[in-house]
Amino acid sequence: MIKRSFVLDVLLDLVVRTALVFSVFLLFSGHNAPGGGFIAGLVAGITIVLRFVAGGRESVDEIVPFRPEALLGVGLSIAVLTGLLGWVWGEAFLESAKFEIEVPVLGVVKTTSALPFDIGVFIVVVGVAAAMLSALGREEPEE
Amino acid sequence: MIAVLAFHALIAVLAATFGPRLGRRVLLLGAAAPAATAAWLIASRLDSSADTIEEVSWIPALGLDLDFRLDGLATLMAGLIGGIGVLVFVYAWRYFDEREGLGRFTGYLVAFAGAMFGLVTADNLLALFIFWELTSVTSYLLIGFDDESAAARAGALQALLVTGAGGLAMLGGIVLLGQAAGTYSLAALLADPPTTAPAAAGLGLVLVGAFTKSAQFPFHFWLPGAMSAATPVSAFLHSATMVKAGIYLIARLAPVYAPLVGWWRPAVVTVGLVTMLVGGWRALGQHDLKLLLAQGTVSQLGFIVVLVGFGSPELTFAGMAMILAHAIFKAALFMFAGIVDHQAHTRDIRRLSGLGTAMPVVAGAAVVATASMAGIPPLLGFVSKESALEALVHQPGWWVVTAGVVVGSALTTAYGVRFLWGAFARKPADSIRNPVGPEVRPPSPGFLTPPLLLVAVTVVAGWAPRLVDGLVGRAATSVEPAAASYHLALWHGWNLPLALSAVALVGGYVLWRWPIDGLRRLTAAAPDAARVYTSTVAGINRLADRVTAVMQSGSLPVYLGVILTVAVVGPGVVLVRHWTMPSDVVLAESSVQIVTAVVVIAAAIGTIVAQRRLGAVLFLGAVGYGVAVLFVIQGAPDLALTQLLVETLALALFILVLRLLPTHFEIVQSRIRRFARVGIAAGVGLMAGAFSLWAASPTRGTSVADEYIARALSEGGGGNVTNVILTDFRALDTLGEITVLAVVAMGAMALIRARRPDEPDQSAFDESGAPLAHEGDPAP
Repeated sequence: MIKRSFVLDVLLDLVVRTALVFSVFLLFSGHNAPGGGFIAGLVAGITIVLRFVAGGRESVDEIVPFRPEALLGVGLSIAVLTGLLGWVWGEAFLESAKFEIEVPVLGVVKTTSALPFDIGVFIVVVGVAAAMLSALGREEPEE
Repeated sequence: MIAVLAFHALIAVLAATFGPRLGRRVLLLGAAAPAATAAWLIASRLDSSADTIEEVSWIPALGLDLDFRLDGLATLMAGLIGGIGVLVFVYAWRYFDEREGLGRFTGYLVAFAGAMFGLVTADNLLALFIFWELTSVTSYLLIGFDDESAAARAGALQALLVTGAGGLAMLGGIVLLGQAAGTYSLAALLADPPTTAPAAAGLGLVLVGAFTKSAQFPFHFWLPGAMSAATPVSAFLHSATMVKAGIYLIARLAPVYAPLVGWWRPAVVTVGLVTMLVGGWRALGQHDLKLLLAQGTVSQLGFIVVLVGFGSPELTFAGMAMILAHAIFKAALFMFAGIVDHQAHTRDIRRLSGLGTAMPVVAGAAVVATASMAGIPPLLGFVSKESALEALVHQPGWWVVTAGVVVGSALTTAYGVRFLWGAFARKPADSIRNPVGPEVRPPSPGFLTPPLLLVAVTVVAGWAPRLVDGLVGRAATSVEPAAASYHLALWHGWNLPLALSAVALVGGYVLWRWPIDGLRRLTAAAPDAARVYTSTVAGINRLADRVTAVMQSGSLPVYLGVILTVAVVGPGVVLVRHWTMPSDVVLAESSVQIVTAVVVIAAAIGTIVAQRRLGAVLFLGAVGYGVAVLFVIQGAPDLALTQLLVETLALALFILVLRLLPTHFEIVQSRIRRFARVGIAAGVGLMAGAFSLWAASPTRGTSVADEYIARALSEGGGGNVTNVILTDFRALDTLGEITVLAVVAMGAMALIRARRPDEPDQSAFDESGAPLAHEGDPAP
């Protein structure tokens, strides 16, 4: 059990939330600017590690309330399903398609089927970080 | 056809999901899948008699497309899958008592039916191979369904290893054939068959696969082993459908290749004939009704291989008739054996006595089915066997084959009589231990109806062969157009084939009455294919143990050393042979690069000389960050960002691991080891450096980068080329990478969590590595 400091907790909360939002931003902007699922996943993963180092495993459960296995499975499934969609459109596996969707407030949003694929990548990378923490981050008797 | 396959997948998932809630009725849900096959088949045949073709592109770069073609032969096979499938599901509904896992069982069985349907309709050889392997896998799951029984597990594994090995041979053969032909389409291949040496070798390998699947000598032993499966599985997979897959493929290839390739006819006909005789002979020695039928199936499969493998129009036609007739009477016989087993709780003919009076309907119907198998008029078995004998006597040079088939038919009659006598006859009391007989209750009507329907078909189609003549004829003409002039007939006149049929029947009865036990003891001494299998598997396991003991030493430095040495030597040799000094190397573009490089080098030296693990890790991190700075200077923000983040995450995880390790490195005492380590490290460094220099040199030809940059926005719809490459151009690579990541993560979690004491060994092998014995072993 790690003793949690109040000041650190509040400060970290601020940092962690910002970093998670930033990772989502990287994820969505990635197709046109630096970023993308892998990078975004790494940012989120590092955020989780940061939270862990300061607050132990429980604090990680607070921000990622899923089991690592579930993240890995969901992420992979999304990526594969996106690939299968290429078939549905009569193209090859993983062939990407472009869309233009009109969203109220934001206007016309251009996106491609690479985005859901990237979301899958993102979730897998976060899952890997969570899995590594769960595997390596057990509190040892020396503490 | 794709809709039918999708429907199978859906039903399989539904059955597995709702199995626990539906209980036994889940099997009726499963029946919907083969019923859909049958309905679709009828609908599409009524629609037009032309071939139905569906094509979907899958991986065009590999020539792997999901092309389906429903022609005459596919119709015959799919008809068996659908028709017998429905009956098997209904039968299984009555066969099983309420038990756990029936949903799973139904799911497997439906998945098998779907895979089998895909197999017989696939026109692409690679797709056919995939369905082929799917039937092997589902067969494995179905045989081993009773997974608490060691016999079932061993039988399942044996079937999987034998058919899986054959499947691998077949894959090699398909690739050889496909490369020689320039196409993987079965129809295109057969339209313009390649006969080069590689193609002929490929053909041989495909034949090996077909032989293993259809239980041909010397691979026949897995079929008796598979009898530990539930009887509905035996009736469906191991008599009517899956074991016909090899025959199906031979039937497609034979009309084209038998005249073209000299060794085809002698090889295929010899294998078929030997199988027919060995199976028939072994069947005569069985005491277990199902094993008797299994050996009989081996024998009949050999017979059909002779017919369809010869490749003449008339024999092909007769072979198609035999495929149909055999599927019907053998599925019925298996179902009867299952009924006996279910009602009497034994299928040992040394215990059954007087069952005929207890269930006269079953006995009577079984007599009819056996009569069809033995070839007694006016049943479908007679009609097809008669057309086979007639076709054989028209091949004058092959009278040995005709003689062999007649002997095989006599054996068929003999084990048929043995089956009936064993299951239903009243035997002398002194020859029976704890007899089971007249007190057994007859089966419920629902249980009995499916096999009775099959028997009815064999009778009606025997009386009026015209009813199935179209089906059989179209199957034959689809692989051999010259077969169009042949027709099934109940009465061929007083001729040689009829005389041969009579010889087989009388000979069979004599064989059954004759005291042949002495002879059987003699043949029992002959080497047995199952024993060869057992010792082969044991040998492989022992070898694997030894290899593992050497390779998996458990020492991380050794593993790392091996991996790095291979990484240096493999590409290193190529690099040295093709080495040209790059002419226009730019050492550095700016002073910042030089400074960064110096820092990186210093940090690398620091990593080596650090005494504490933590220090080394931090230095290593510094190296990584320095490289990231270099990326930034080169104008690669994505790469730099990734490098930074990975380095950070790795550092954090490293530190978590370091908590478990001693703070200081241990000093390697042995001088040899130290030199080895230094040598390997220096080699890796040199190799990596030289390789980068060589690869980056502009004389290496055009780079794909320009093309990717040009296509990124127009085709990938993104301005960030790196990301478009990751998620679009090379998305399959990315998918592979995240799969590896996920597997590694799960593995790491499992390894660290698995600190429990060893659980009892669940292996299907004993200590010497030999597969555990199972009831499928022939006991002569």
